[in-house]
Amino acid sequence: MIFLDNLINGLSLGSIYAIIALGYTMVYGIAKMLNFAHGDVIMVGGYMAFCGLQYWGVPTVLSLVIAMAVCTVLGVTIEGLAYRPLRQAPGLAVLITAIGMSYLLQNLALMIWGANPKSFPTTFINGSSIRLGSLNISSATVYTILANVIIMVLLTLFTSRTRMGKAMRCVSQDRGAAQLMGINVNRTITVTFAIGSALAAIAGVLLCSSYPILQPTTGSMPGIKAFTAAVFGGIGSIPGAMLGGVLLGVIEIFGKAYISTELGDAIVFAVLIVVLLVRPTGLLGKAVREKV
Amino acid sequence: MTKAKRNRLIYNMITYGLVIAAFIILQSMVDAKTITRSLKGQLVPICAWVVMAVSLNLVIGFSGELSLGHAGFMSVGAYTGTIVSGWMLNVFDVQDTTLRLVVAILAGGLMAGLAGTLIGIPVLRLRGDYLAIVTLAFGEIIRNLVNVLYVGIADGRLQASFLKKTLPSQAIMLVDGAKGAVKIKPISNFTMGFILVMITLIVVINLINSRTGRAIQATRDNRIAAESMGVSVIRYKMTAFVTASVLAGMAGALYGLNATTVVPTQFTFNQSINVLVFVVLGGLGNILGSVISAAFLTVLPELLREFSDLRMLLYAIVLILVMIFTNNPLIRDFIGRLFQSLRRRFSHGSQDETTGGETK
Repeated sequence: MIFLDNLINGLSLGSIYAIIALGYTMVYGIAKMLNFAHGDVIMVGGYMAFCGLQYWGVPTVLSLVIAMAVCTVLGVTIEGLAYRPLRQAPGLAVLITAIGMSYLLQNLALMIWGANPKSFPTTFINGSSIRLGSLNISSATVYTILANVIIMVLLTLFTSRTRMGKAMRCVSQDRGAAQLMGINVNRTITVTFAIGSALAAIAGVLLCSSYPILQPTTGSMPGIKAFTAAVFGGIGSIPGAMLGGVLLGVIEIFGKAYISTELGDAIVFAVLIVVLLVRPTGLLGKAVREKV
Repeated sequence: MTKAKRNRLIYNMITYGLVIAAFIILQSMVDAKTITRSLKGQLVPICAWVVMAVSLNLVIGFSGELSLGHAGFMSVGAYTGTIVSGWMLNVFDVQDTTLRLVVAILAGGLMAGLAGTLIGIPVLRLRGDYLAIVTLAFGEIIRNLVNVLYVGIADGRLQASFLKKTLPSQAIMLVDGAKGAVKIKPISNFTMGFILVMITLIVVINLINSRTGRAIQATRDNRIAAESMGVSVIRYKMTAFVTASVLAGMAGALYGLNATTVVPTQFTFNQSINVLVFVVLGGLGNILGSVISAAFLTVLPELLREFSDLRMLLYAIVLILVMIFTNNPLIRDFIGRLFQSLRRRFSHGSQDETTGGETK
């Protein structure tokens, strides 16, 4: 029973990682950059939903929509102001800019909401629990796993069926060729950031529902873990991000439960290293042959 | 002597000269007691961060690998240094602080070098962003491990335990799990910091201007070409990586022995990022740039103290703006043209000195 309990917790945490990892992996696949500020967009999403529920008294679903809208605008703004001028710059310059953006968001949050941790209110997402035999599953867990599955299906449909989704896949394969075929690369990247940030808002609300403490640094550790998950599954691959995220969550919970609570993070990272040594492009990543 | 060689020599002399001059000025300010208290407290950390930045520059700027776990090596050095110093004081009763400091720094460098070798063997076979994420992972693992490390002195011996505190209760604790290294006798001083900075500069500058250094830079510029010329890519990348980790460990020992406590949270991923920021702002492959930006950015938050709440915000904005202004081709072109027209105006059309402006 404890095993099943841990497995479900792991799946739930992993689903959150997976949703965050999707944002990382899509942006990496299309813009070839590590968006370090992604973790902080999650935090902003969490705070917006918190404001909606606590201060403005709007219903849960509406606060989620507000959070998603704000994060989408934020993501697109960040991309336009900070990353677009650096489209041709070396990767490291973009990385540092993203780090700067991450500091900026954290400090803005610190100014607006203060350093004191806020406790996320109880909503229908985390308010109840379901009994299955002797298992006691929190509703947040159910909603998280459900959200993960729905997002997975929708994103797969989006990238395989719609015009925009196809454009995204083209840009990620070869930006120059995509441009020659008449694809608006800048607009494609903007849409990618919009989708990634909206997903980050959902992840933020789910994260805060399961772990209801909100502070300006809330997003950074899940952000790093989700980034690890994206690499784990093969960065640039959408199913890879899903698989990596879920596996990482399960490994983390099992590591904490059966080996050592303090060493949970170390176990996660050690597994990542072993996987990368065996499969240097991640679980589902495609090996790119080097041409001389 | 070719022109390039002479230019490099002059550049290196300027680097050494500036560091020596800065030391003499600051030391005389300390002697004359005209230095502010906050700056005086920052002198040793500045030296440590300069060493960190220069050594990371060796990895990123010269061997071309993005490492995000440099603070991990610093923490290895800091912990080793404090343990060794405490051990020497409590078991062997070594009262000479200079001796203790030197041995601690050497031990810190040695342990960090060992860690660097262990990490480098698997990691340097990976490429690009994967290498970055694995170094990040190693940094986090090191931080996690020191979080559950207990070292103390009992019965006249150094004893250590892992995960659980099994040491006898009368033991003198040196490292106490999540509380970090405790009750350190601060023995670092500015002179030792300066010597360490000079050693770092001599090692790094001589390394990059040697045959090995040229091989390291060749693996950065074109891995395949270097390999086909018979340069063992992994061996040279290892050389750079391990040298940098030894230096980071020495900086860590210096830094750790400057305070009374060292906690694991001082060496998080954010700290690695900070050092990376020093390196990138100072210029990749530019040693003097790393020295200046590390020293300046360490003092900057103190200078901005009056804006207290706003200072990190300002720091972030400055960071983003600097990156955009130095890397956007349009803006760079504009600034380049501005400089060129200024130069033309001042030198009345003489064009023979305009050799700069080439980009990688």
